Amino acid sequence: MDAMAGRKPAVVWALNISVVALVALWLFPTLGLFISSFRTGDQITASGWWSAMFPAEQTLQIRAADPDDNRVDLGNGRFMVEGNIFDGEAFEGELNAWGTSSRRLGEFEPGATADLGDGETLTLQVDGSYVWEGDDDQISGRAQRVFLDVVSPPDFTLQNYNFVLFDEANSQGMAKAFFNTLTVVIPATIIPILIAAFAAYALAWMDFPGRAILIAIIVGLLVVPLQLALIPLLSLHNAIGIGKGYLGVWLAHTGFGLPLAIYLLRNYMVGLPRDIIENAKVDGATDFQIFTKIILPLSFPALASFAIFQFLWTWNDLLVALVFLIDASGETTVMTKQIVELLGTRGGDWEILATSAFVSIAVPLAVFFAMQKYLVRGLLAGSVK
Amino acid sequence: MNPALQGLITIIIGVGGCVGYFYGANLFLDKVLFKAEGPNAGRNINRANQIRPWLFLMPALLALGLYLAYPVFATLRLSFLERLPGNEYAFVGFDNYTQMFAEPKFMEALRNNVLWLVVVPAAATGFGLLAAQLTDRLSWGNIAKSIVFMPMAISFVGAAVIFKLIYEARPEDVAQIGILNHLYLTFGGDAPVQWLQVPFWNNFFLMAVLIWIQTGFAMVILSAALRGIPEETVEAAIIDGANPFQIFFKIKIPQIMSTIVVVWTTITIATLKVFDIVFAMTNGQWETQVLANYMYDKLFRANDWGMGSASAMIIMLMVTPILVWNVHNARKEMK
Repeated sequence: MDAMAGRKPAVVWALNISVVALVALWLFPTLGLFISSFRTGDQITASGWWSAMFPAEQTLQIRAADPDDNRVDLGNGRFMVEGNIFDGEAFEGELNAWGTSSRRLGEFEPGATADLGDGETLTLQVDGSYVWEGDDDQISGRAQRVFLDVVSPPDFTLQNYNFVLFDEANSQGMAKAFFNTLTVVIPATIIPILIAAFAAYALAWMDFPGRAILIAIIVGLLVVPLQLALIPLLSLHNAIGIGKGYLGVWLAHTGFGLPLAIYLLRNYMVGLPRDIIENAKVDGATDFQIFTKIILPLSFPALASFAIFQFLWTWNDLLVALVFLIDASGETTVMTKQIVELLGTRGGDWEILATSAFVSIAVPLAVFFAMQKYLVRGLLAGSVK
Repeated sequence: MNPALQGLITIIIGVGGCVGYFYGANLFLDKVLFKAEGPNAGRNINRANQIRPWLFLMPALLALGLYLAYPVFATLRLSFLERLPGNEYAFVGFDNYTQMFAEPKFMEALRNNVLWLVVVPAAATGFGLLAAQLTDRLSWGNIAKSIVFMPMAISFVGAAVIFKLIYEARPEDVAQIGILNHLYLTFGGDAPVQWLQVPFWNNFFLMAVLIWIQTGFAMVILSAALRGIPEETVEAAIIDGANPFQIFFKIKIPQIMSTIVVVWTTITIATLKVFDIVFAMTNGQWETQVLANYMYDKLFRANDWGMGSASAMIIMLMVTPILVWNVHNARKEMK
């Protein structure tokens, strides 16, 4: 609208800034999880994820080497300990300043010599090497403490992913759950498409009494909460011997996905040009041939839309898996259930939680970005009347 | 058997079975039951064509009937029964319902659900409309839309982890790793707050998750609706001297009102059924219970099928007006 009225630069700026703010608000939550999954547990608790991209300033407290083992006799009653303060510390970064008391942090520059009183001195270089000198009494007992102001560069690691996905010893790993999820999702996506496609064709292009009522019933079933189905169907599954398992969850997902599948596909098929179908009929094609040779190929966009919906929904589902799939043995656990377990047992271990969660949302995100076009198309067909 | 192999076999059996059924039944109809030849060829073709739709519909109708229609009635029946030891049932009338309404936890769930129903659809539709309008003529609007739409692909459980990290509170003397507490302390808060444990307000922190997910959906649909508005109406308004706000609220909104209603009701249904978010983040503690989680508690933790089914019926009851309205619209459209 503004384009036609001639936009003022101020308006354009305000518009861009507000969209940037909106996008940031929607992106940052996921970004936080993503970044956290590449940090060690210590890093996560030491600073917020938003500071992970920048060099981190921190104060380390380290003792010099034990004087009783390491001191060198310089004669005249003088002793010296020499070494590197970072020895035995997993540390990369740069020393900015240092001090010898917690009340006077950063008192000295690297390379300076601290006077510890009564002739005791400590000299610390920028690379961490130090010389600590004093008399017999001073260079003994407990080693001198040094407080280091250091800046460490951004540091990311893949060890969380290694632990969560490939560590055999990790009983709460995601590898098994990942394959279980996949096992649930693929049949639960393909089977309803097939069943729904035939039904949708019948409802769109075949004439029979009761068609309008059937369509109305399907529209009604679209909104029936699946919560109602839990107990009756679980009893049914138990009664006919399916019990809890993959077969049950495949059937359940098929049933719950069908109304949307039929509705979407019928809406799409009804919009296909009538001429093609009538010409084919005149040429003697049967309904079965029309369906498989003409309708199915033409309906590919709608089939793809529904496939994405059903894929996302079954991949992300927790409730149906809890009720129809996961038994007491936990062998068939899926990723969503595994994450809920982790939230309970490892609520503070953010490196494990973030990585596990990201493993489970990576696949849907990839599908989302690859097939967004079809998803949008499906949404528009399914909602706008 | 290896589940992956089992899955593969199921796909083959399932898909093969479906294809086989459709193909075989169709063949049977044409070649055996009503042959399109002989003295009754014409009548036979007509008969076959009368039966064929039902052939195509049969698997779908069976699945829909068994997995959606039957459970509605079975749950209704269960809600009037009490399970006795030894797999027997006794009819108890409305006892389950009266008992449920006397329970403070149920009233809390009902109250919270109403709160969710008021806030989430309004906020998600509002944000979606805002996002759709702002990105409409922007050069990088499609990228912006993609990002706002992205949470749609994220599971409720994944989103629960994401938002738990945002709400994380750590002791006062160490660094805050939850961004909400970090901002709160930066802008003058006294001490870190356990956001999910503040009664009443914690409901809103849970709702934020669903709003974050649903806004993209609202944006995509409303954005298409905004594009569909005839240019002339907007141009005419500009010539008449309307300012951008007047154009938006007086010209555009009224024209997409029916779409807004559709979006609103769709999100309302999603909100009514919300389970995973509460289950994963608070499990109904600190007064955040909602109906779906209450029902899960009753069915699978307390093993009380009567009250569990009764609460499921309450959810169904709340969906029914939308169901009736949708069916009404669909029928109107077909005429």
